[in-house]
Amino acid sequence: MYRTRNLLLAAAGAFALSGCQYDVLSPAGWVGDQQRDLLIISVLLMLIVILPVLFMSVYFPLKYRADREDTSDYDPEFEHSNKLEAVVWGVPILIIVALGYYTYVYTHRLDPYRPLDHLEAGAPVEIQAVSLDWKWLFIYPEQGIASVNELVVPAGRPINFSLSSSTVMNTLSIPALGGMVYSMAGMETKLHLIADEEGVYPGRSAHYSGPGFAGMVFDTTATSDEEFDAWVEGIRAEAGPLNRETYLALEEPSMNVPVSHYGSVEDGLFGRIVEMCVEDGKVCMGHMMMVDHNGGGGLEGVGNAAAYSYDRARTIDGFGNRIELPPMESHGGGHGSDHEALNGTEAPNALAYVLAMDPNALCSPFGTQTEKETNGI
Amino acid sequence: MASEHIQPAETFSPIFGRLTLDWIPIHEPILIGTFAGVALGGLLVFALMTYFRLWVPFWKNWVTTVDHKKIGIMYMVLAFIMMVRGFADALMMRGQQAMAAGGSEGWLPPHHYDQVFTAHGVIMIFFVAMAFITGFMNYVMPLQIGARDVAFPFLNNFSLWMTVAGALLVNISLFVGEFARVGWLAFPPLSGANYSTGPGMDYYLWALQIAGVGTTLSGINMIATIVKMRAPGMKLMDMPIFTWTALITNVLIVAAFPVLTATLAMLTLDRYMDFRFFTNDYGGNAMMYVNLIWIWGHPEVYILIIPCFGIISEIVSTFSRKPIFGYRTMVWATGCIMVLSFVVWLHHFFTMGSGANVNAFFGITTMIIAVPTGVKIFNWLFTMYKGRVRLEVPMLWTIGFLVTFTIGGMTGVMLAVPPVDFQLHNTLFLIAHFHNVIIGGVVFAVFAASPTGGPSVRLQA
Repeated sequence: MYRTRNLLLAAAGAFALSGCQYDVLSPAGWVGDQQRDLLIISVLLMLIVILPVLFMSVYFPLKYRADREDTSDYDPEFEHSNKLEAVVWGVPILIIVALGYYTYVYTHRLDPYRPLDHLEAGAPVEIQAVSLDWKWLFIYPEQGIASVNELVVPAGRPINFSLSSSTVMNTLSIPALGGMVYSMAGMETKLHLIADEEGVYPGRSAHYSGPGFAGMVFDTTATSDEEFDAWVEGIRAEAGPLNRETYLALEEPSMNVPVSHYGSVEDGLFGRIVEMCVEDGKVCMGHMMMVDHNGGGGLEGVGNAAAYSYDRARTIDGFGNRIELPPMESHGGGHGSDHEALNGTEAPNALAYVLAMDPNALCSPFGTQTEKETNGI
Repeated sequence: MASEHIQPAETFSPIFGRLTLDWIPIHEPILIGTFAGVALGGLLVFALMTYFRLWVPFWKNWVTTVDHKKIGIMYMVLAFIMMVRGFADALMMRGQQAMAAGGSEGWLPPHHYDQVFTAHGVIMIFFVAMAFITGFMNYVMPLQIGARDVAFPFLNNFSLWMTVAGALLVNISLFVGEFARVGWLAFPPLSGANYSTGPGMDYYLWALQIAGVGTTLSGINMIATIVKMRAPGMKLMDMPIFTWTALITNVLIVAAFPVLTATLAMLTLDRYMDFRFFTNDYGGNAMMYVNLIWIWGHPEVYILIIPCFGIISEIVSTFSRKPIFGYRTMVWATGCIMVLSFVVWLHHFFTMGSGANVNAFFGITTMIIAVPTGVKIFNWLFTMYKGRVRLEVPMLWTIGFLVTFTIGGMTGVMLAVPPVDFQLHNTLFLIAHFHNVIIGGVVFAVFAASPTGGPSVRLQA
């Protein structure tokens, strides 16, 4: 009796101490709700076969143990039965057919790339989320603001996330609203979520990304439209601008970063982040692909390697500090000059080819090449 | 500056790569203490072996042996030693998690903790689970088919020492330099030259590359043995079920491990020769690594579990005093798993933005694997049915296997449903799932077989 009570107490204590969040089982948004439903459907379907198996796993060895009193039912010849074979193949197949049906339907319904227009929940909010080392940057292109490690959304309106990363892979995970999607450098991924109820929900990166990973957490606040607008106005009034310069400063590795805001956002910044050409003197990925499509820069292009280099300037040590690599003469290709931002005018050869194809290809502190020409600089 | 610690300067020598004397961690009290313990233990072993004049017999009878049974035993000794190491890593992680709650920093800095969890995963998969099952196959399979030894005995010895060399490299990294801080599969760009500076990631690459080649060679060896060296008159369908699972596992090894070798070679080229396979810039594609590593990685988990299915089949049959129920079904179910294990890899990254049709395809193929696996479990149950089950230690482990593995299988199918996986991906639920199947599956099966000295030894006794 005491033993049972102690066990129950221990279980209750473990439950209370576990510090679990039950967001997956009691979500606060349509996407999370659907995913929870599917989770329960799949468990129930499988229990049809799992429960008998668990029961038989314990019951058979006990019932047919060698020292039982009556061993007259011992049947060493029983090693095949077409009926049983039909059952052990048939029942699991039927369950998988049913589960496969649900999987197909729900996978299409809950495709993270699919906008939530069908919910008819009002105008969606666009948010561009960038995982930096080691914090989250949320850009609100429609509102023209940005925030770091804080996500505020109007409750009841769909949120259209565009995700990217400055260096390594992360995932944007807000379990109360629904599942996660990866953010990866040089790529743009999509995620569509909605918060049905106002509240504060924890969010974090759920893919290990280096020494500062543990601090990549943020609160997601779902508020009324009015409070959301007031939040936006407050930031616009007070915070500084997010342009290429301040972005590059923000992008420097840092850990456990407090919440901060930007009151304006340079046009097209997210596009440049995705194409890895925020820095001056870098060729955007789209242009690189165009050059490749047109046959590439050839051997002459090697000299312009610095204009395409991205990772090397972001090298970190094991503690998360940015470090400079020694020049690597042996590998050819001008890596030594990686750190020197190229000026548009100094770029010969393949780069000239890129510029001939599109004068806007190269970033420079004075705007694009075309602007320079028209301004006579 | 994100942290006040400073790492030795990144250098690159043709022989030692990124490793320099500055990398010896004389400032880390935990590592110095561990090293002192290991050194004392090593000295003691050295002294005792010298005192009892064991070096020559050790060299002649063990190190250079081509006897498959001795090689099998050495694989299992390696696996057990590495299991102690991996378990110590697990305790350190759990200790850190318990102490780092509520704003406390815990006792391990990120730089150390990140190496510990990477080492735990790598060691437990490559040098514990793989070494255990290779050891069992080495010991038991030739006995079951009546062969004197494996087809290429010297190659067998060579494979063993390749695996040991990989394990040694992982352990050397503890005291000379550092280990990788990237998680057990080392996704780039994090594992690339720029985001994993220092020798740790290079240790990872060389250790797995060497051990992986050893495993491939061992796989070729065992396929040749099973195909060419069965006792006269023993047809394929006469083979004991464990030998069948050994054959299928080794086919998987020979098909999958070259992918690992190639993938690691490409990452090595990225890190050493400035290639751009998986970088962010110059058109590299990190997602290609994720694809490739899981094309190896998913068959790998079946490589681990299929021989354990064989072990459990032998034990259930032996301890129920009945032939295995549905022998042919078992063989065909294992064959189904072999084929299906190559068309499910994408379920490890449903969350990377594949389309709904792709996700649904890989989700459903994953669920289909549950059918032959379920059939196997039913067949074990019906082997016990109307038998005379002796509830000895191996059978108790087997019951533990059945219950734990079934729960692990159920959580596996839950994770195979893409929208559910969106929520559960990378969470403790996933960690629990694969510990359920690998501890409940591989470790329990190995423990079940060990006290009897392997299933076939028991059968022959």
